[in-house]
Amino acid sequence: MELVAPLKYSMQIPEVYLLLFALLTGIAFGIFLEKAGFGNASKLVEQFYFTDMRMFKVLFSAIVTAMVGIYWLSYLGWLDITQIYINGSYIWPQVLGGLVFGVGFVMCGLCPGTSCVAVFTGKLDALAVFAGLFTGLILFAEAEPHLQGIISHSSIGDVSLYELFNMEYGLLTFIIVLIALAAFWFAGRVEERFTKKSA
Amino acid sequence: MKAKQAYPYWNPYIIGVGIGILIILSFAVTGRGLGAVGAFNGLMASLIHAISPEYALSKPVFSTYVAGVDHPLRDWVVIEIVGVCIGGLISGLVSRRFKFEVIKGPGISNVTRLIFAFSGGLLMAFAAKFTRGCTSGLALSGGSVLSPGAWLFMISVFIGGYAVAFLMRKLWN
Repeated sequence: MELVAPLKYSMQIPEVYLLLFALLTGIAFGIFLEKAGFGNASKLVEQFYFTDMRMFKVLFSAIVTAMVGIYWLSYLGWLDITQIYINGSYIWPQVLGGLVFGVGFVMCGLCPGTSCVAVFTGKLDALAVFAGLFTGLILFAEAEPHLQGIISHSSIGDVSLYELFNMEYGLLTFIIVLIALAAFWFAGRVEERFTKKSA
Repeated sequence: MKAKQAYPYWNPYIIGVGIGILIILSFAVTGRGLGAVGAFNGLMASLIHAISPEYALSKPVFSTYVAGVDHPLRDWVVIEIVGVCIGGLISGLVSRRFKFEVIKGPGISNVTRLIFAFSGGLLMAFAAKFTRGCTSGLALSGGSVLSPGAWLFMISVFIGGYAVAFLMRKLWN
């Protein structure tokens, strides 16, 4: 029998098993985030003061691992790449939203996912982040009718980078791996420099 | 009696590879990656729907989660984030890092810290609606499947953060 991922479609997995999978995936994700030190806002925000670049290291090594894995699964014909969800691209909303998100991140030291780990390891400041997240959603609900033009601005649909650049999928994957390796080396040097200075 | 010290953090690259494998598994099983801010949105939508169905259904931010849905909380991202909370709790207890405390820099009061934490959360939720995802749902998952917007978002988050880091240094150092 031909069994091609996503298994949700090819095996017609019942919802209850998908939700069980969601729970187990989440538990593993939560353990990884906590073990990375991301339940602690002061630790996470060190990224922006160059003393501990683990936010960058974890984020990029996760993306590179997943990117290479998904590429190979698709290359071997085990994963149907046309059936997976690719986030739609909206150039200006995602650039401007990203800038604001970054400002918010340094103000609170946590992102929505890591704030959950922080709350459940007793960090009371993360409760204020929760309250802020909920308030932000209400404010957005009220503001949305006035923001229509901006929110849907410069949409280029759910294309991928290699389609956009008209490049070979494998070649782009390889180039990003090389860039990431150089960036990891550079992050290590930056850390060395800044921890020596403050010590 | 001296409190036992917390275990050290793991090597960030081992964590990164671990999370990367989770993302691969998630795409292979369900066709989608991980997420976070969507769970807050789903939880908020069902809370508001329970209090005032008219209000929830009149706002697109909430109605997409509750309109015509029998169990809004029986959702992939919501359950995944419940898992993140459980995993964080287990790991925090095992690693001796579970402690009721306010994390902040030495030079500011608890009140200042909470005000900035609240404001930062507010900005992130508002921004995540513009970007259609946060660091998990857009940067991690979208970055892995080479979504151009996900990469632009990620770069912008770092630029935005570094742009204000010096101004905010009193909060942390």
